[in-house]
Amino acid sequence: MDFFVETLVGGLLAGVMYSLVAIGFVLIYKASRVFNFAQGSMLLFAALAFVTLTEHGVPFWLAGAIALLLMILTAVLVERVVLRPLTGRSDLTLFMATLGLSYVIAGVAQAAMGTDVHALDLGIPDVPINVGPIQVSEFDLAAAGISGILVIGLSLLFTRTRIGISLRAVADNQLAAQSVGIRLDWIWRIVWSVAGFVGLVAGLLWGAREGVQFSLSLVVLKALPVLIIGGFTSIPGAVLGGLIVGASESLAELYLGPLIGGGLSAWFAYVLALIFLLVRPAGLFGEREIERV
Amino acid sequence: MPSDRSDATVVVGQSRAGLAGWSPQSRQLVPLLAGAVLVFGVIPALGNDYWFNAILIPFFVLSLAALGLNVLTGYAGQASLGSGAVMSVGAFASYNFLLRLPMLPLPIALLLGGATAAVVGVLFGLPSLRVKGFYLLASTLGAQFFVEWLFNGYGWFSNNSSSGSISAPRLEIFGTDLSSPVHRYLLTAVTVAVLTVMTVNLVLSQTGRTWTAIRDMDTAAAIIGVPVARTKLLAFAVSSFILGIAGALWVFAYLGTADAHSFDIDRSFQILFMIIIGGLGSVMGSFVGAAFILLFPIFLDRVAVGIFGGTVDTGLLQNLHDIVFGALIIYLLTREPRGLAAYLTKLSDRLRRGRPAR
Repeated sequence: MDFFVETLVGGLLAGVMYSLVAIGFVLIYKASRVFNFAQGSMLLFAALAFVTLTEHGVPFWLAGAIALLLMILTAVLVERVVLRPLTGRSDLTLFMATLGLSYVIAGVAQAAMGTDVHALDLGIPDVPINVGPIQVSEFDLAAAGISGILVIGLSLLFTRTRIGISLRAVADNQLAAQSVGIRLDWIWRIVWSVAGFVGLVAGLLWGAREGVQFSLSLVVLKALPVLIIGGFTSIPGAVLGGLIVGASESLAELYLGPLIGGGLSAWFAYVLALIFLLVRPAGLFGEREIERV
Repeated sequence: MPSDRSDATVVVGQSRAGLAGWSPQSRQLVPLLAGAVLVFGVIPALGNDYWFNAILIPFFVLSLAALGLNVLTGYAGQASLGSGAVMSVGAFASYNFLLRLPMLPLPIALLLGGATAAVVGVLFGLPSLRVKGFYLLASTLGAQFFVEWLFNGYGWFSNNSSSGSISAPRLEIFGTDLSSPVHRYLLTAVTVAVLTVMTVNLVLSQTGRTWTAIRDMDTAAAIIGVPVARTKLLAFAVSSFILGIAGALWVFAYLGTADAHSFDIDRSFQILFMIIIGGLGSVMGSFVGAAFILLFPIFLDRVAVGIFGGTVDTGLLQNLHDIVFGALIIYLLTREPRGLAAYLTKLSDRLRRGRPAR
């Protein structure tokens, strides 16, 4: 029984890491209806910039600040070069544009900073500690704590600040938001910057665990089922979806793996997401769209 | 049948004025015949092995794959990132049919491979009845990962070969050996020609019109009486059939030996890029896009060698390639959303208009 609980808790904590990536998607999708495939590349870019700077002796916080600035710069450029010319085009077109964007960002990041694998030490040891009868990684606990703070911070931003309220207005109805004087271009820049910040945090945590390298940008593929389960438009959904995916993935690998062969985690989350889709086509917390002809 | 009324809603194709003295049929026939002479007469006579192996065979196979995805995404509007998986189903199925039924002629095995892929494609397409857009895209991605895992994990599919790879069986039709490059080229070109003609006719038919109706707005299509579920699944079936045959040719005629990783998610992306760049909902666009995606890296390599004289680091070159490639996708989407094919058509129209009237 302890073993079961330990696997479950380990899975849940791994799921927090998925949620972290998924939140970046949700932010951008809410505000600009863009399914941002480049989120993975942004995450790689941020982490790579940070690790390159610290390797050259730049202090931790300064490196973080510079990486964040780079993310803001990216957001401004994306708004100008991609979002503005494509305003009003179909969702699929915008998605494909972010596919192109993901190539550009990953290419620029690696051309400028190399393709080597960098080890990243955030000063949090990745060792198991005893919590009651079970063992949990200290790193996982810290990551969960950081994600928790991030989610609380984001929800405060959305509910308590003027920017957050205009942001929700845009998410609710772009046209109506514009008509009351909300500047769409600024909202996009801010949202993409915030998503860049979330990407930075996620990139650092993932990078500390797996090394900063190209494969970091592939975590988008892990975040997709999370988004389907939670819904594309809900931050609590992204968190819950991440937890569900993380926990069920670990349990499936443990109990189902021996029966049908290992390496289940490549697709298990997707099958799970598909089952959720059949029951709730808009995810747990997603908005059901009403179509009019 | 209610679906008979949908033809008033969408107009496919456009009539072109000009070139007096030629009947419309003969005007279409001339370039078609010229193309056939080029593909089946001139190229086999003049081409060398490098051109067949490195350019022409992959070009035709990738064009076919792009055509398959274009039926689904460009015409019927159902986005998919599972084309790599569907190709691998076609390849592994044809391989197993030939392996386990040695008497089966090659064309039948290819057809059966395509049919198997079509069945699997319909299964993948079932979620499209409930969800659309990104949710559908994600579920096709799930199919992609699942199929890759299945072919890697279960040795039966690759006849328990230690590397999990399958290789081209003896290629022959009615006793004629097809293993030389020019024969493999002809096998590919004939298959592509037949399937292209089939696709063109299909997208211009009632079925094609119901596909575009669903693409443009499936709720509206349902209201005017298009059987949405059946039409969507038919698009998945036809698309997967074409992709499956393309997958089989990819192994049999091009690679020779391949495993499930030859059809990974990068392949799916590659084919999606072909139809974005070439032109969504355009048969010609599939070919233009495939040519572009195949030739662009070769071209870029040559340019880099020309500028830097072979000293440039391959990793850096790969990154530069990615940057140019990504930027080009964004540029094309903002400037010419209908792709390179539409751009070429515009260009040729302009040239034609510039010509004095006959």
